[in-house]
Amino acid sequence: MLIISGRRARRRIALVAAALTAASVLAGCGSEDAGGSGGEGTAADLDAALEEGGTITYWTWTPSAEAQVAAFEDQYPNVDVKLVNAGTGNDHYTKLQNAIKAGSGGPDVAQVEYKALPQFALPGELVDLRQYGFDEFESDYTPSTWASVQAGDGLYGLPQDSGPMALFYNQEVFDEHKLEVPTTWDEYVEAARTIKKENPSQCITNDSGDAGFTTSMIWQAGGTPFESDGESVTIDLQDEGTLKWTGVWNQLVENELVCSIPGWTEEWYKALGDGTIASIALGAWAPGVFEQSVLEGAGKWRAAPMPTYDGKPATAENGGSTQSVLKQSKNPALAAAFVRWLNHDEGVEPFLESGGFPATVADLEDPAFVDKKLDYFGGQQVNQVLTEAATQVVEGWQYLPYQLYADTIYGDTVGKSYQTHSALEGGLEAWQEALVKYGDEQGFSVN
Amino acid sequence: MSQGVTQLERSREGRGAARPPVPGRRWSRSDTKGWIFVGPFLAVFALTFLAPIGYAAYLSLFRAQAFFGTTEFVGLDNYVDVFTDDKFWDGSFRVLLFLVVQVPIMLGLALVAALAIDSARLYATSFFRLVIFLPYAVPGVVAVLMWGFMYGTNFGLAADLNDLFGTSIAPLSSNWMLASIANIVTWEFVGYNMLIFYSALRTVPGEIYEAAALDGAGALRTVLSIKIPALRGAILIATIFSIIGTFQLFNEPNILRTLEPNVITTYYTPNLYAYNLSFGGQQYNYSATVAIVMGLLTAVIAYAVQLRGSREAMK
Repeated sequence: MLIISGRRARRRIALVAAALTAASVLAGCGSEDAGGSGGEGTAADLDAALEEGGTITYWTWTPSAEAQVAAFEDQYPNVDVKLVNAGTGNDHYTKLQNAIKAGSGGPDVAQVEYKALPQFALPGELVDLRQYGFDEFESDYTPSTWASVQAGDGLYGLPQDSGPMALFYNQEVFDEHKLEVPTTWDEYVEAARTIKKENPSQCITNDSGDAGFTTSMIWQAGGTPFESDGESVTIDLQDEGTLKWTGVWNQLVENELVCSIPGWTEEWYKALGDGTIASIALGAWAPGVFEQSVLEGAGKWRAAPMPTYDGKPATAENGGSTQSVLKQSKNPALAAAFVRWLNHDEGVEPFLESGGFPATVADLEDPAFVDKKLDYFGGQQVNQVLTEAATQVVEGWQYLPYQLYADTIYGDTVGKSYQTHSALEGGLEAWQEALVKYGDEQGFSVN
Repeated sequence: MSQGVTQLERSREGRGAARPPVPGRRWSRSDTKGWIFVGPFLAVFALTFLAPIGYAAYLSLFRAQAFFGTTEFVGLDNYVDVFTDDKFWDGSFRVLLFLVVQVPIMLGLALVAALAIDSARLYATSFFRLVIFLPYAVPGVVAVLMWGFMYGTNFGLAADLNDLFGTSIAPLSSNWMLASIANIVTWEFVGYNMLIFYSALRTVPGEIYEAAALDGAGALRTVLSIKIPALRGAILIATIFSIIGTFQLFNEPNILRTLEPNVITTYYTPNLYAYNLSFGGQQYNYSATVAIVMGLLTAVIAYAVQLRGSREAMK
């Protein structure tokens, strides 16, 4: 027998006990529902569950959800999907976390951004979909999105979309300053200086401090500041990749070469439209945002590969979501079958129709998608740039198992460096300190 | 909004407290009838007020780990942490500064407005009364969003004014943020406080003014010797409302945070701190502790002001 001692061991036992309880509860439900059993399910259970029918609840803020659910219910009339928009981003997670904490009231299927997945998966709140044979789908998705739905040893969702980053730039502004599209970050900084010198009211890009952007930029530079395999967490926001990024970005922040306009505000949309912001690095979902919310910029914007540190192609994911099945679900087989339909089978088509950027290789290679000319981008075949980027995502990135909290306090720490136009390392250090403290308090063993 | 709600809440209690206590009477059967009348109120009060406070107090004695952890009883450790928590005090001193500067300005403006409307020298007083009160009717969230637009230094009203006067004031920068929030709160609540003062002025019997006029008192003399003393109670009540509202400052910074997340920290005000601890970090126990400590601080300061106010009135 093992000798049980210390907090960690106790925790592990509690975990195992919790997992066993959950499994037995799920198994109990499964036998009643006849369709599937969450404890030990197989792919065959999913088809049976779809046949049998039932009701599941689905929380998401994806714009294509309504069309997808309607198409699903057409195909499987016995299944009733209750679609709920519980808010976007943090509002959604707050409600999800509360439902999990309360032990009931949560959905069967929930949208979870890649950055939030470990936070729900590692404490054992999501169903490991390998039992339904979903690990066979690996080759159907891009490597970076497939890596994003893993946590620990488990598979906790199927990728819905992806956001490989590209550089979007305003051709008019670049022409005005006689600038070439930068291919390295050094050229990018040079372009930033030129723009500021010739027209102080313009700037190369906006960045007032954004956790999602920072993590993606560190990712692109090859940094791996966060690593975790469950309980043990390593945080190093001074690693080589991180310093590579701050080496470039400090020049922009300290010399006030970037506009301090926060993203997703009215000001931001306006500045993107009127040439105040000359370029911006965003995920491949950006064209939809431009087309819907930056009408004034129509015809002016183009897409190019991300600038890199050495001129060799490299990019990172920025945003993107998966759909996951909650342990709380009373009908996990049906919920998993819905996820499979949504992000692997017929559900992908309505998603593409609403302007989504897929994670499925077949669609990323489909000429109808790749060679589409987008009017907003002056007829440029933007998807060629973006699908190319999808194959160039740097490997090895992990988010923290409490990334949502980390994002919340980003402004308190790194935000201060932005505010005082000082070197970002100071802010990153403060961020790390706060994250280590929090992680230790919440039951992880950090560093 | 939260300010308004609590103020109404307080006004209900305040009225109750002002009533003289019933002199000691022996318990009789007829007393049970009273319970039937207050029963529904007490049930709701217990469920929505006492129970949550009790639960928060209970929570504050434990420490749970959000992820893998266990929950353990820690006694008063959380309270010790709060009192040594720089973030908590940072937020607390900020609202205290806000209290000392904003509340006198707001109440002063409300007083002037009430006296002006009551002076009967203005035309269309009911129109002015309505217009001054109108901001209070605007939902708090909408009001802050609207001011947020105006404060924008790239495209907002602030940008236009800066262009016009050649200044470069950024209302949402760290130097100006608190003043900008104070401006919003003042705008929202001057009308509300004006109404309290105005209704108090209306209760002054006309004969007193007549007597004063016969004695040869001018307008200023009337204000200083009759109106202001008559307003003393109302000013005290309004001050206490404002103290409570200030300590609960939440909506304004929380919404402006989306515009300036670097300036408005997660602990900008104690309420915001409690909110973010709970919903950002799942630190429910510590959050409950912060809420209780803040509630007690508010109660102590409000009580001190009330005590002082009633002593003044005795003189």
